[in-house]
Amino acid sequence: MSIILDHVSHAYETGTAMQVKALDDISIVIPDGQFIGLIGHTGSGKSTLVQHLNGLLAPTSGSIYYDGRDIHDDDYPKKELRSKVGLVFQYPEHQLFEVDVFKDVCFGPKNLGLPSKEIELRAYEALKLVGIEDDYFYQSPFDLSGGQKRRVAIAGVLAMKPQVLILDEPTAGLDPKGRDEILDQIASLKEKTGITVILVSHSMEDVAEYVERLIVMNRGRVLYDDTPTAVFAHYAELEKIGLAAPQVTYVMDGLTKAGFAVRTDVTTISEARDGILRAMQDTTG
Amino acid sequence: MIREITLGQYYQADSVIHRMDPRTKIVGTIAFIVSLFLVKNIAGYAMAAVFLASVILISKVPFRFMVKGMKAVVFLLLITVVFNMFLTPGEVLVSFWKFKITKEGLRQAVFMALRLSFLIIGSSLMTLTTTPNNLTDGLEKLLKPLKVLRVPVHEIAMIMSIALRFIPILLDETDKIMKAQLARGADFESGNLIKKAKNMVPILVPLFISAFRRANDLAMAMEARCYRGGEHRTKMKPLQYRRRDFAAYMTLAAFVAAVVLTRKIILPF
Amino acid sequence: MDMIKADRLAFEYIRRDEEGNVEGITRAVDGVDLDIAKGEFIAILGHNGSGKSTLAKHMNAILYPTEGTVYVDGKNTAEEQYLWEIRQNAGMVFQNPDNQIIGQIVEEDVGFGPENMGIPTKEIWERVEESLKAVGMYEYRKSSPNKLSGGQKQRVSIAGVIAMHPQCIILDEPTAMLDPSGRKEVLRAVRALNDVEKITVILITHYMEEVIHADRVIVMDKGRIEMQGTPREIFSEVERLKELRLDVPQVTMLAYELQKKGLPLPNGILTIEELVEGITELYNKSRGQDCTVT
Repeated sequence: MSIILDHVSHAYETGTAMQVKALDDISIVIPDGQFIGLIGHTGSGKSTLVQHLNGLLAPTSGSIYYDGRDIHDDDYPKKELRSKVGLVFQYPEHQLFEVDVFKDVCFGPKNLGLPSKEIELRAYEALKLVGIEDDYFYQSPFDLSGGQKRRVAIAGVLAMKPQVLILDEPTAGLDPKGRDEILDQIASLKEKTGITVILVSHSMEDVAEYVERLIVMNRGRVLYDDTPTAVFAHYAELEKIGLAAPQVTYVMDGLTKAGFAVRTDVTTISEARDGILRAMQDTTG
Repeated sequence: MIREITLGQYYQADSVIHRMDPRTKIVGTIAFIVSLFLVKNIAGYAMAAVFLASVILISKVPFRFMVKGMKAVVFLLLITVVFNMFLTPGEVLVSFWKFKITKEGLRQAVFMALRLSFLIIGSSLMTLTTTPNNLTDGLEKLLKPLKVLRVPVHEIAMIMSIALRFIPILLDETDKIMKAQLARGADFESGNLIKKAKNMVPILVPLFISAFRRANDLAMAMEARCYRGGEHRTKMKPLQYRRRDFAAYMTLAAFVAAVVLTRKIILPF
Repeated sequence: MDMIKADRLAFEYIRRDEEGNVEGITRAVDGVDLDIAKGEFIAILGHNGSGKSTLAKHMNAILYPTEGTVYVDGKNTAEEQYLWEIRQNAGMVFQNPDNQIIGQIVEEDVGFGPENMGIPTKEIWERVEESLKAVGMYEYRKSSPNKLSGGQKQRVSIAGVIAMHPQCIILDEPTAMLDPSGRKEVLRAVRALNDVEKITVILITHYMEEVIHADRVIVMDKGRIEMQGTPREIFSEVERLKELRLDVPQVTMLAYELQKKGLPLPNGILTIEELVEGITELYNKSRGQDCTVT
């Protein structure tokens, strides 16, 4: 069920003087079940890239294969692709429209033409997976808090039972607690279902703790594609393109410069804490 | 796709047309449109074409921007052409099955297409060379006499300018909403007209909610910046006729006169 | 005289269901006392729904108190005669940059406020120029706002407010919709206003890194002021902040975790440099005294 991008390029306003290359010769493989972070600042091409994965945008050149088949073959079932590769956009306000939460989540599976029993079952499961309690099922989605809206939006896509779930800036506009809650929820959902999850974000600190692979984009190209630890080792370069490594990476770097024997490739607070404590003990004990 | 509608999109350039008083441009556009309806024959259209082409040239706005504006109404244009072509009685040129194309019909269709295209290009040119604020100022000042009749001229002008400012933003938003629903397996293409209309609900509901929200936010932001209607207001760019405007009015008068004159010319078509 | 003073301020609104029946009353702001001196840089923190935005909207008479009073530069916001003076004096920047830019060209938008105030044309131009220069957007004065990045748009909004020559500027989550570089841009502009132009700044946010330069941080929860103090004082109370659905900067969190493991670091470390220095100092001390860290 892997997704393969083979030399994919995408240009907006082709044939005019204003042509912009949003994607420039991208080749990546997304195997089954990975937890991936896709990072880049606004305009780096990350949003354009994810819209290629479910066929909303077609490449100007290059091919995309899902499960071994070229998704732009004429007889490729586009609708099925969109149910297999679920994409949740940044603002839940862009997709919520039904009178109540439950009905809204039913919209996706209904479009797949499933029997009504199955639709309701899927909606129920999806809402449970994102942690929405039964009390909210018959509320208007517009009366929910920001974090809850986001959950319902995710459930709306999950109900189609995708193999790949792509989330575009799932934490934008949420307060710190709300941000942690939604990321934890996504991680647990990933654990339970085993599907591939791609988190699109411009915040390194948010995703570093969760993902196993980080793809960093800049000017339509893949700049780094590695484990978070390996990517953050390039923090000086990351800073040049307007991104930053987590603060702890800088702390460890500062300590190294001050003569401590600590590892600089840490990305989370607990790693940093343990590293510092070890260094203090080694040198003092 | 949906973003390509240019109506209400300002194109930044430095030209005489851009610097002209908006009142001149509004009056000019109206005069141009009226004159299009005065045209009776191909000589008149040629005259209008030359006039339009020269104004476009002077304006430094690339021609493709006007054509972009045309795309949105191409369907309307086609319908008009087809209706005129088949439904005008007269001397039959071609006929097949139940349809007849008459000489008068063909003439009418071509003229109609020209008239509509010129009309749209002409008005796009006005919005492409005039910022909405400027345009509103112009309208407000032109319509000021109506204030006596208790017409809320300033308010109307303000509403228009805000509408124009938000059209591109809302189009962009429509695009995003469509994509979000497509990602949930929505289908906007298949089905009959009623089904298609029903399929628009998932786009329209979020769009309206967002538009109301924006309106609310904007009203608050305007109040926070001391907006309280047209009273006590000064202008950053007060309108003032300059020499170029008088020149433009003269040219315009000459054009309208010339169009009227072309009516006298008798041509075979 | 205080720039802004709130005296037992409370604000209630009535929730209605679809038929218009009253469902309940929400007390969004509940008895807030506040004194903000001229020239201060105040940050107001709070989770979504804590009442911080409602409080902010009282500072330039967009909302009026249900109970209590708010004074802006000594003038009661509930008295209608002061309305326009207050709105001019306390400018406000909102969250969504698209929904507060009125002009189709940057300079026209910045001129909107002064136009409303009835400033003579020549002076409007002077004000537009100086305001755009103050936020570093002068070279974009002829651009369409739609072509700008989020951070740039928000700087234009700030210029639009300072063109009205306010003594105080209130920013209601100005960076919530921006990416990290946009956030930095806006924050830099805001700090410059406070440092250079001496404008009183009230910054409402839930990004912890943005408040470390404030003179004073106010933390709100359930419509009340829960904590108040310097950034250092506030960020010393990690557990308390977590309870209030907030966070601390990652360095502060790391220092806190190290403290919990027994490293006697000072409270409320805010920057990377401070933490590195603190650890180095501890290390040198421990070597000098030859004691072990547990």
